[in-house]
Amino acid sequence: MENNRLILTQKLTKIYSMGQHQLYALKEVDLSFGPGEFAGLVGPSGSGKTTFLNIVGSLDIPSKGKVEVLGRQIETLSHKQAAELRKRHIGFIFQTFNLLPVYTVFENVEFPLILLGVPASERRQRVMEALEWVKLADRANSRPSQLSGGECQRVAIARAIVKKPALILADEPTANLDAQNSHNILQIMVRLNQELGTTFIFATHDEKVIGYLKRKITLVDGKVTKDEIFSSPPVMEGHHESP
Amino acid sequence: MIRFLLKGILRDRSRSLLPFLTICFGVMLTVVLYSWMKGAEANIAESSARFDYGHLKIMTRAYAEEAELIPNELALVGVSELMAKLAKDFPQIEWTPRIKFGGLLDLPDEKGETLVQAPISGLAVNLLNPPTPEKDILNLENALARGRLPQEAGEALLSEELAQRLGIKPGSVATIISQTMTGSLALANLRFVGTIRFGIQVLDAQAILIDLADAQRILDMEDASGEILGFFKDGIFRQKVAEAIVNQFNASFSQSSDRFSPIMKSLLDQGGLADLLAMVQSVYSIIIFVFVLAMSVVLWNAGLMGNIRRFGEIGVRLAMGEDKGHLYRSLISESLIIGCLGSIVGTLGGLGIAYYLQVKGVNVASIMESSSIFISEVMRARITWFSAVVGFIPGLGATLIGSTLSALGVYRRQTSGLMKELEAY
Ligand SMILES: Nc1ncnc2c1ncn2[C@@H]1O[C@H](COP(=O)(O)OP(=O)(O)OP(=O)(O)O)[C@@H](O)[C@H]1O
Ligand SMILES: [Mg+2]
Repeated sequence: MENNRLILTQKLTKIYSMGQHQLYALKEVDLSFGPGEFAGLVGPSGSGKTTFLNIVGSLDIPSKGKVEVLGRQIETLSHKQAAELRKRHIGFIFQTFNLLPVYTVFENVEFPLILLGVPASERRQRVMEALEWVKLADRANSRPSQLSGGECQRVAIARAIVKKPALILADEPTANLDAQNSHNILQIMVRLNQELGTTFIFATHDEKVIGYLKRKITLVDGKVTKDEIFSSPPVMEGHHESP
Repeated sequence: MIRFLLKGILRDRSRSLLPFLTICFGVMLTVVLYSWMKGAEANIAESSARFDYGHLKIMTRAYAEEAELIPNELALVGVSELMAKLAKDFPQIEWTPRIKFGGLLDLPDEKGETLVQAPISGLAVNLLNPPTPEKDILNLENALARGRLPQEAGEALLSEELAQRLGIKPGSVATIISQTMTGSLALANLRFVGTIRFGIQVLDAQAILIDLADAQRILDMEDASGEILGFFKDGIFRQKVAEAIVNQFNASFSQSSDRFSPIMKSLLDQGGLADLLAMVQSVYSIIIFVFVLAMSVVLWNAGLMGNIRRFGEIGVRLAMGEDKGHLYRSLISESLIIGCLGSIVGTLGGLGIAYYLQVKGVNVASIMESSSIFISEVMRARITWFSAVVGFIPGLGATLIGSTLSALGVYRRQTSGLMKELEAY
């Protein structure tokens, strides 16, 4: 047992039954992730990327195999325990930004801390800190509808990091953004990864994202076909204007 | 968390407005209807008590058996002795003897020949012999339409309607023709010094009101009266106390073997009043039930639509680690907050309208025309303490049912299923 292991999947299999027919969304996937990784799942549409993230994020359960996340066996968790794991240790970033429209930027980022029962004064400080990270402190009182797509995704990042989770799962985070905004948020995430040591796992087919990855796992038809590690991500040089 | 929910409710008006208005409206109607039914109930009970049944009534057993025929030959005798006993045994009650009688009113022309005749229903109460509670019980000062109240023997009042019909002016003398207690013809001239309008159809058609002593003289009923009515001194009927008094009285005064021994009945024992009031009560119970049902369906739908619109929010909150049960409860709490606000506003509105209906009253004479129950033509709402509470039954009940049902979809669905739908959303 490695002590500093974050995620370990053993023969992780997810089967969807469509009537008679059985669909293997994931087939015996063996993967492990350590702290501080900046990894991405790539592959064609329908290859099982989202399915993998959802299971690791305890939003779904495997059909077969074992999944260990932060020392917990996902397949054995109750609803409550799964929610607890997500609440404390896992942040999600989705393709659509999914901010709560009636709440301000500040309140959106505050929500995970309310769930955690953090006292108000500490919440305020931590929310502002998270907003500083994504350079939106001055927009704290705006509504999501008043922000651009890129800004919304930055708020979503702030919301994911505000509780300082060990793991952030990002499913196509750049799919709705233009190139400039995509690079922008990727650089923020790289910085978070470097400075806070947060582990990032992406699901993407966006070349821009792939350019930043330190590890690229290729899925085809629910199977891992390639698992590559880059010592220094190729794109980083070009964009390394130093934060 | 509650503060967080409140903010959401107040900002997302489109989500909360329809449920809020639904609840307001339903609660308001419930409060008004309830107060109105309470008013009707009180109207029937009060009118019946004042003009016919009393809070308590004593008759002979024989008289009681056919009371609607007014069998004065079976009247109570030795009334003054009985009155003295009653005053001693039941000092909390105001006792007053009454005689009802039927007959004809005969109006002569100048030559003394009959000009017109009309059937009358007579009521004799103590008008002239103080202290008498009858002026207050019958509210005579207010009922007086023309003329004045009787001041000496031989003076009487008749209903304004009858006076108009027969062309009798205050001060005219007319003859009443009736039957004495022993069954012979009773004739007497009375001076009608005033006319009255009680606003109760049954009475206003053909009532004449005379002094008890006159009636005893005319009808040969010395120290006798058809009935003795009892009223709680503060005017408020108390069923439990009344029943106790009835039992106590009947146990000591009434002998089942003696048809002429007195028997006491309470307001609710007479004329099927208890059944009538029970019916009124079941009507408003049904109304409230229907409101709960109808509003529940509307709120259920509103909740479903709201939850569909909020799929994104629900998914994100689950992803952020909110427990499904917690989310479910928060959706219900949110609805309950709206339900509470709606119920409060609806209740205030309803009480406002009910108050207006209580003060102003609505004249329902036209639909009362053939009614035989004692009910005042001017119906009023009556606000009781329960009026302020009753709206919360459908208000909160429907909210709870509606939101529980609509949020059940969220609760029962697999988290992964919700997330999938979120992706599509
Ligand atoms: N709830 C479900 N029921 C049935 N089949 C499903 C379900 N969820 C996913 N699948 C199937 O599982 C396979 C993997 O889906 P998944 O969403 O993980 O793909 P993906 O790699 O994320 O694709 P994309 O790049 O388009 O997002 C697909 O063939 C999909 O149709
Ligand atoms: Mg996907």
